[in-house]
Amino acid sequence: MMWQSGAEFWSMGGYGLYVWGSFGVTALGVILEVWLLRRGQRSLVNRLQRMQRWEAQ
Amino acid sequence: MNLYHYAAPATFYRMAGRWIPWLSWGAGLLTAMGLYISFFVAPTDFQQGEAYRIIFIHVPAAWMSMFIYLVMAFWCAIGLAFNTRLSYLMARALAPTGALFCFLALWTGALWGKPMWGAWWVGDARLTSQLILLFLYVGIMALWAAIDDPKRGDRAGALLILVGAVNVPIIYFSVKWWNTLHQGSSINLMKAPSMATTMLVGMLVMAIAAWLYTIAVAFVRVRGLILERERHTDWAQEALKEA
Repeated sequence: MMWQSGAEFWSMGGYGLYVWGSFGVTALGVILEVWLLRRGQRSLVNRLQRMQRWEAQ
Repeated sequence: MNLYHYAAPATFYRMAGRWIPWLSWGAGLLTAMGLYISFFVAPTDFQQGEAYRIIFIHVPAAWMSMFIYLVMAFWCAIGLAFNTRLSYLMARALAPTGALFCFLALWTGALWGKPMWGAWWVGDARLTSQLILLFLYVGIMALWAAIDDPKRGDRAGALLILVGAVNVPIIYFSVKWWNTLHQGSSINLMKAPSMATTMLVGMLVMAIAAWLYTIAVAFVRVRGLILERERHTDWAQEALKEA
C-alpha cells in the first residue's frame, strides 16, 4: 500500500488541490452531461408524444 | 453482415438501444479499474511526485477531444458525399461530448501547469491550438442551434467541421513543429513508450472507458435525433408509443 493514512491520500504530497481539482471537475462534467442528457431525452419524447396525440385528432 | 442495413435509421435506432446498457456498464467498470490503477497501483513519479496523476485524466481527455472531432469530420464527409441522413446526426450527437473532453483537457492542463510550470496558462502552440479546438466545438454547436432548417444546418455544420479539421494535426504535431513548453508525446506509434508500464496501462484503461462512455451518450443522443427527424414514419410512431 502506497498511502499510510487517509490524510496522506487526500493531500497527494501537497498537490491535492491540483489532483482533486482535475478528477473532481471531470466527475462533475460527466455527471452534468448524463443528467442534462436524460432530462433532454425525456422532454423530447414527451414533446414528440404530445405532437403525435395532437396530430391523431 | 450487411452494413447498409444499419444505415437505415429504424434499424440503427433499435441496435443503438440494445447497446446502450452494455456500453454504460463497460464504461463504469473500466472507469473504476482505471481510477484504482491511477491512485493505488501506479507509483509516485520521481520528478513530479503525486501531481503527475493528473495524466490519467488529461491525456485520455485530450485524445478524445481530437479523435471525436476526426470522427465527426469523417461522418460529415460521408454525409456530404453520399447524402446519408444518419451521418450528420452522428456528428451532432458527438459534438457536446467532444466539447466536454476538450474543456477537461484544458482544465486539467491548467491545474497541472500551475505546479509544474508556475503558470495556469502559457501561449504556446499546443495550448493555443487546443483552445481553438474548443472554440470550433462551441462554434459548430452554435451554428446548428442558429439554423432552423435541419438539413441546411447539417450541411453548414459539416462544412465548418471539415474546414476546422485542419486544426487537429496542428494540435498533434505542435510539440514537434514548434518549440513548446508543453512536453512531447510519451506515447508514439513509432517508438516504445517512454513511461512505466503501470502508468501506460492506467492511461489506456481510462481512454477505453472514455470511448465506451462517448459511444453510450452519443447513442442516446442520436436516438433522440432520429426520433425527431423520423417522427412522421410508421416505425417512429410505434417507437414513440413504446418510449
